[in-house]
Amino acid sequence: MLCSDVTKKLSFGGSIKDGDLVIVYEKRDVMKAVKVSETSVLQNRFGVFKHSDWIGKPFGSKVLSNKGGFVYLLAPTPELWTLVLSHRTQILYIADISFLITYLEIVPGSLVLESGTGSGSLTTSLARAVAPTGHVYTFDFHQQRAASAREDFQSTGVDSLVTVGVRDIQGEGFPDEYSGLADSVFLDLPQPWLAVPSAGKMLKQDGTLCSFSPCIEQVQRTCEALKSNFRDIRTFEVLLRTFEVHEGKIDSCQGDEGLSVRSPPCKRRHRSSEGSAVQDSSSSPTIKVRPCADARGHTGYLTFSRLQCLS
Amino acid sequence: MLFSKISNKISCCLNAPLQQTQAIGSTTSVALFCILLILKNHNKGPSMSPNSIQSNSIQNPRVTWEGCSVLLDINDGDRLVFARLTAGSTVKIGKKNFSLRPLIGCPFGSSFQIENRTEGLCLCRFVPSTEEGNNDQEKGGCQIMDECRDNRAIVDNNEAQTLTSEDIDEMRRQGVKGDEIIEALIANSATYEKKTAFSQEKYRIKKQKKYAPRVLLRRPSARSICEAYFKKYPHRIGFLRVDALSLLLSLANVTANSDILLVDMVGGLLTGAVAERLGAGTGYVCNTYLGSSPYPVDMVRTFNFDNEICKRIVRAPLRDLCLDQTGTSEKPDACNAELNVGTSEKPDACNAELNGQTSSISMEEMSLPSNHEAADSETTVSPQSKMGKTPKAGEKASEEAIKSWKENGFSSLIIAAPDADAWSLAKDLLPLLSYSAPFAIYHQYLQPLATCMHNLQQGKMAIGLQISEPWLREYQVLPSRTHPLMQMSAFGGYILSGTKICSSS
Repeated sequence: MLCSDVTKKLSFGGSIKDGDLVIVYEKRDVMKAVKVSETSVLQNRFGVFKHSDWIGKPFGSKVLSNKGGFVYLLAPTPELWTLVLSHRTQILYIADISFLITYLEIVPGSLVLESGTGSGSLTTSLARAVAPTGHVYTFDFHQQRAASAREDFQSTGVDSLVTVGVRDIQGEGFPDEYSGLADSVFLDLPQPWLAVPSAGKMLKQDGTLCSFSPCIEQVQRTCEALKSNFRDIRTFEVLLRTFEVHEGKIDSCQGDEGLSVRSPPCKRRHRSSEGSAVQDSSSSPTIKVRPCADARGHTGYLTFSRLQCLS
Repeated sequence: MLFSKISNKISCCLNAPLQQTQAIGSTTSVALFCILLILKNHNKGPSMSPNSIQSNSIQNPRVTWEGCSVLLDINDGDRLVFARLTAGSTVKIGKKNFSLRPLIGCPFGSSFQIENRTEGLCLCRFVPSTEEGNNDQEKGGCQIMDECRDNRAIVDNNEAQTLTSEDIDEMRRQGVKGDEIIEALIANSATYEKKTAFSQEKYRIKKQKKYAPRVLLRRPSARSICEAYFKKYPHRIGFLRVDALSLLLSLANVTANSDILLVDMVGGLLTGAVAERLGAGTGYVCNTYLGSSPYPVDMVRTFNFDNEICKRIVRAPLRDLCLDQTGTSEKPDACNAELNVGTSEKPDACNAELNGQTSSISMEEMSLPSNHEAADSETTVSPQSKMGKTPKAGEKASEEAIKSWKENGFSSLIIAAPDADAWSLAKDLLPLLSYSAPFAIYHQYLQPLATCMHNLQQGKMAIGLQISEPWLREYQVLPSRTHPLMQMSAFGGYILSGTKICSSS
C-alpha cells in the first residue's frame, strides 16, 4: 500500500502480481479487498472472475467475468482501505482522519502513540504519514482485536511501520519506554481523561495530542484533565457534505407543453454517451449538482492540545 | 554567512523602512543602504523566486536557530506574525519594536512577555504557571452554580475607572510591571466587583492583552501557516481551509517516496504541505504550469525545509511533461530567468498590501537566498554560474526525472487553481498519472467541479468520483458553558476526488 520500499512504487511497474492486495471496485460504495491468488476466483452478482486473468494487468484495469460483467481492480490506499475493512469496532472516516493528521502535525519520521487500535482505520493513515522513518505504536486492550489488526497491517503492507500492543491504556497508561519520545498521541477511549496524564509523560515538549470522543460529556472531562499541563486546547467537529451530479434539462417555463409532461430527468447518466441524449428542443441539457440527501451527521468531537513547554 | 546576515537586515528594512537605523549597525549602515537601494530599484522588494531558507547543519526541529522562520502568536491569536529570527529582526508590539534575538535557541511553544531589564524593555521567556489556570477554572466551575450577580447595576457612562491614562503612563515610566498595572486598574474600577465571575475574567484578559502582552513562539507547519493565512488573508490561499487542505493530502495519497503532480495557484501553501508529508526521500513534488511562467510558491520559504526536502520540490511546464512531446525542445534558461523576474512583481503588490496599516498579520517574508540570487543576477547573467550551489526549492525538474514521469506516470495529482477551469486542467493532467492513481481537485466554486466530474464519467477516465465539501465547527468547552463558537467559517471550498483508470481494454 505504501511506497516505503522504493522498488515497489506504484508508479514504477504497477502491475498486479500473485499475492497482491487489490481493491475490487464494482461501483462507488461497493468495493471489496481481495488477495490475489492464482488459483482463486471471485464470485459476485456479475459472474465469476478468475484471479489468473488479473495477474500481469496494470492496477486500474477493468476485468471481465465469465458472463461479461466487469469490475475495476485498484491499488489499495488508506482511503480505499477505510471503505473496505471489516468493522470490528466503530471506525474513523476520512474527514476526521485527514484533519487530525494535519492538525497533529504528523510528518515522516514522527513517533506516534495510539489507543485504541480498534479496526485500524486510522492506524493505516498514521502509518502512511510517518513513513518511511517514523513509527506508530498502537495499543488495544482486546487481545483478539489486536491480533486481527496485526494481520490487517501485514496484508496492507504497513506492518514495518506499526507495532500493535495489547494493553489497557486507561488503566495502565502508555509503556514507560516511550516516555518523552512521542511527537503525537491519539486517544480514542471511553474515558480519555484517565489516559491524559500518561500521554503528557510520553510527549515531547510542544508535542501534540488529539482525543476523539462521540459525546460532549467526554470532551468536557478531557478538557478539564488537559488544563493541568497542556495549552492550545481546541475542540472541533468536522463533517463532509457530498454532492450528486445529474445531466438533464431545466424547463424554461414558457408554456412549452412538450417539456412540462416529460418524465423526471434520468437520475444518473454516467454511462450514457454524448450521442444518446437526443434533443427535442433548442435548450441543451445542463449539468446539475445538489447535495446528497443523506449524510453522516455526527462522528465525534476532536479535541487537540499541545504539551506546555516548561523547560 | 555574513552576507546572509546582511541581506536579512535588508529585508527587515524593506518590510519596515522606519526601522533601518535600529536594524543596521552604525558602521555598515551606509554600505548596506546602498545595497538596499539597488535591491529596491531592480527588484522592487525581495525576489519571489521560490527558494527557502536552508540550514546546512542538522537542526533540532523543536528549537529555534538563527535564520529560522517562526510564527509569532501575539496575545492568543490576536496577531499572527511570520518572522525570521536574526540578531537584527524585530517585532512591533504596541508602539515599540522589540528585538527577536532573545527568541533564538528557545524551544517552539515557549512564551515571552515584555520585561524591564537593565538594557531596557525586552522580550523575556516566561513559563506560565499551570496551577494558576487550574485554580481559576475550579473557581469558575463552583461559581457557575451560585452566581447571583448580573449586569443590572452596570451603567456604560465611562466613569467606572478612576485611573486616567496619564496615571498609567506615569506608572509605566516608573517601570511598574504590566501585571501590577492590571491590579491597579482592577482596584480602581468601581464596577469590577459587581461583574459576574466570567465578566471579571474577560476584563482581566482584556487588560492583560494591553498591558502585559504575551508572545507565543509557534513552529511554521502546514497547519499553522494555513490557519494564519486563512484567518487574515484567505484570498491569498484561494480560501483553502485547513480541513480542505488535509483532505487534499489524504485523498491524493501523499506519502514518502511518491511523485506528486501539483497545480499550486495558492501561493505555495499546497506545495509546502505536500513537501512536508513527503519528507526527504526519493519522491518529488512537481509543480506544473501552463504557459511559460511558473506560479509563485514563495510560501514554501515559510516552512523550515532542509536541503534534502528542497531538492524534492521542482517545477516543470506542462508542455515538457506531456507525453506527445518527444524532443527536448527546451527553452534556454535565460528565458526562464526573465520570466521569474516577471512573476516576481505580482506577489510584491500583495506584500505591500499586507504591510498596510490595517493588517494584523505581517508576512515578513524575508528571503535570504532569493535576495542573494537577485544580487547575483545583477552581475552574472550566465545560468551556468548557478551550478554547484546548494539546492533550492522549486528548481526546474531534471531531464531524468521528467523522463521517468513520462514512462511511469505520477503517483497522484492535486489541483488547487481557484481561478482556472477544473476540466481543462484535469483533461490535460490526468493522462500524466499512472493507472489507479488517486487525484483531488480543489475549487471555490461547485459548478466547474460538477462539469469536470460529468466529463470524467462520460470519458470513462476515472472512477470513485465524488464531490465533497468539508464543514468545520469549533467549540468552546468550559464547565457548564460548552457550545459551538459564535463565529465560524461557513465555507472551505469543494473537492472533487477520484481514481484514474486504465482506459484501454
